Amino acid sequence: MKELKVDPIKNGTVIDHIPAGRVQRVLAILKPRATDVVMMGMNFSSKAMKKKDIIKIEGRELTQNEVNSIALIAPAAKVSIIRDFKVAQKSRVEIPKRIEGLVACPNPKCITNAEPMMTIFNLEDCSTRDLACQYCERVFTADEMTHI
Amino acid sequence: MKHLISMRDLSADKTLQLLKLAERLEKDPSQIDLSRRVMAAMFYEASTRTRMSFESAMKRLGGEVIGMVGTSGTSVEKGETLADTAKIMARYSDIIVMRHPMEGAARYVSEQVDIPVVNAGDGANQHPTQSLLDLYTILKSQGTLKGLKLALVGDLKYGRTVHSLAYALAPFKPTFYFVSPKSLRMPAHILSDLTQKGVSFKEKTTIENIIPEIDIMYVTRIQRERFPDREEYEKVKNAYIITAKLLTKAKDNMKVLHPLPRVNEITTDVDSTKYAYYFDQAENGVYMRQAILATLLGEAK
Ligand SMILES: [Zn+2]
Repeated sequence: MKELKVDPIKNGTVIDHIPAGRVQRVLAILKPRATDVVMMGMNFSSKAMKKKDIIKIEGRELTQNEVNSIALIAPAAKVSIIRDFKVAQKSRVEIPKRIEGLVACPNPKCITNAEPMMTIFNLEDCSTRDLACQYCERVFTADEMTHI
Repeated sequence: MKHLISMRDLSADKTLQLLKLAERLEKDPSQIDLSRRVMAAMFYEASTRTRMSFESAMKRLGGEVIGMVGTSGTSVEKGETLADTAKIMARYSDIIVMRHPMEGAARYVSEQVDIPVVNAGDGANQHPTQSLLDLYTILKSQGTLKGLKLALVGDLKYGRTVHSLAYALAPFKPTFYFVSPKSLRMPAHILSDLTQKGVSFKEKTTIENIIPEIDIMYVTRIQRERFPDREEYEKVKNAYIITAKLLTKAKDNMKVLHPLPRVNEITTDVDSTKYAYYFDQAENGVYMRQAILATLLGEAK
C-alpha cells in the first residue's frame, strides 16, 4: 500500500489523488485549524495520475461540503474518513451545483470584482465543468478559476 | 416577473405578453395610470437616449422620475457602496432603472432591494429593454416574427445589441446573414449556440448581393474605442455604408434598423425612403418601456 508511506492515522480524513503540486492549494481551501495535525505527501507515484499528492488530517472528519469545495482544483480526489485506523466511509468529490464565495470571477469587468460582495457560480455542465457567473453571466472552465 | 435583468430570464410567453402590451399602449396609453409612482434612474454612466426614453415612457403614463447621471457630486463619490446607494433609492421610489459599466451590477442591485429593478445596460453584458424594443419593432414592421430573413451588419464581435437580438429571435426560426469585416465576426460561441438551436445563418463580408432577399437590415456602428490600433479602425470604419442607391433592389417590406446614434453608416438620403425605420424604432422604445414599467409595477391588465 503506497499510502503507508505517510503514517497511518487513527481518526480523521485522508484525501488521495490530488494532482501533483496542488496539495498546498487544497490545504489553503480547507483551512485546517491550528490544532489539526496535518500530513502532506507530495509526488507519490500513481497508476492513474503518474504523480499525485496526498493529505491526511488527524482528528477531523471533513463534511461533504468541505470536501466538495476542493473539486475545482482536485476533481479526481478520493476522500476516506478514518475511524480507529479503518476506512469508515469513502467518497469522491463533486463540483457543487452552486459555488458561493469560494472563487473569484475572472472577468475584470464583473461587478463582483468591484463591490464588497460574494461571488456565486452555477455549474452549467458537469462533463465540461463549465461555471457561469450569476452576475456577469460569463461562462468559465473550472481551470480558469482562482480561489479567494 | 419581479425584475427585468437579462433576456435569459425571460420566457417566450412573457416576451409575447410584453409585445402585446406595448402594442396596446401604443394605440391607447390611457389604459394604464402610473400617477404618484416614482421611477428612480440610477445611471452610473451617461446614456442620454436610453434615460430619456425611460423618462418619456414613465411620464406619458402619468408617473414621476427622479435620478442621477454619472457619479460626480453624489454619495457614490464619497465611497458609498452600490448596495447602499440602491437601498436608499429604493426608499425614495417604486422602481429602479439602472445603467452601470460593470457587468452584473443590475442583478446585484435586484438582490439588494425590495422594489423592481430594470437593467438599462450593464457593460457588455445585457440590455434587455433594447432587445425587447427591437423585437417589437421587427414584429410591428413585418406583422410577424416567424421565418424572417435578417442581415445583421457591422460590428458583430463586440456588438451586445446584435448578440442579444440573435438569441431573442432564435425561437422564431429566422435566417441570418452576418455581415462584417473578418476582424469583427460574430463570436464562435454564439454561432455554435445558434447551430444548436437549429438557426440557419451565413457569414458574409459584403452586403450588396443579399439585399434583394432580406426583410430586415440591422445596422450597427463600428466603434473606435473597440480598436486598440487606430490603423485597424481606419481600415474597417467605412466598410458598410448604407445609401438609398444601394437599396434600390430591396423588397417592398424591407426595413433598415439601427439602435442609434448613427455616424455615417446610414446616409441621410435613406431617411426619406420607405425602408428607413430607425426613427420609428426609437419611438417604439417608449411603448416597450411603458409595457415593462407597467408590468413590473403590477399595473398591467
Ligand atoms: Zn462575473
